Amino acid sequence: MSQRSALGRVLGYGSAKDGVGEWWTQRLTSVALIALGGWFVAALLALPAHDYATVAAWMRGTWTAPALLLLVLVSAWHSQLGIRVIIEDYVPEDGMKALAIALASFVHIVLAAVGVVAVLRVALGSVP
Amino acid sequence: MDARETSGAAARGRPLSPHLSIYKMSRYSLLSSISNRAAGIVLTCGQILLVYWLVAVAGGARAYGRADRFLESTALKVAYAVLLAAFAYHLVAGLRHLVWDTGHGLSREQSRRSAGWVLAGAVLLALALLAWLFLGGTGTR
Repeated sequence: MSQRSALGRVLGYGSAKDGVGEWWTQRLTSVALIALGGWFVAALLALPAHDYATVAAWMRGTWTAPALLLLVLVSAWHSQLGIRVIIEDYVPEDGMKALAIALASFVHIVLAAVGVVAVLRVALGSVP
Repeated sequence: MDARETSGAAARGRPLSPHLSIYKMSRYSLLSSISNRAAGIVLTCGQILLVYWLVAVAGGARAYGRADRFLESTALKVAYAVLLAAFAYHLVAGLRHLVWDTGHGLSREQSRRSAGWVLAGAVLLALALLAWLFLGGTGTR
């Protein structure tokens, strides 16, 4: 037996109110990634070589580490939201859908954490 | 359960989100949407590669040397080319989405035309980046 009031039944479920939040985050991160992604691709292509000494020296630059940190975090966030939308569209069954979204989120969080620690280790000089 | 409860939004004629299950897309928007998503998935794989590379740098010179043999392999060079192409397409197609979000260019005719512009812009950008990758500098990555 339903506990819903007659008025509630007539009005329907209504909005969950936070639906636009992820949509907006996707846009904000995409704008940030125009700059961060463009910088990263150009910087990587502009490096004279990609041996350890060159890459490590580049990563110790004043602005490189903060930009790399932002790139790792913002791209992981953007990617997680995008993969989530794709899962929502193509995985029909609710249980599988929730499982796939949870798995994708975990993978992205782990990627972000590992990437951030790696950048910090190089920037702070705690590399073996 | 009462059927009216679950179909509340539909029964009131509220606009529903254009999810794939209820919205039939035109051929052009479908193609450009799918390729933008495919490019996004490729870039997500690129992100795994990025983190692998960062960890290799953080591991020191010897660890980087081991990773570098993999990173400089032919298969990975193909991967960099694919990643650059995906980056170019996702960037330009993403700009189109940001324009759409302002409410411009949404008509069928406009979106068909902008799909062509996106493709042209992405191909040009991808070619420029690939030329930089393979012809400019050392060509190592």
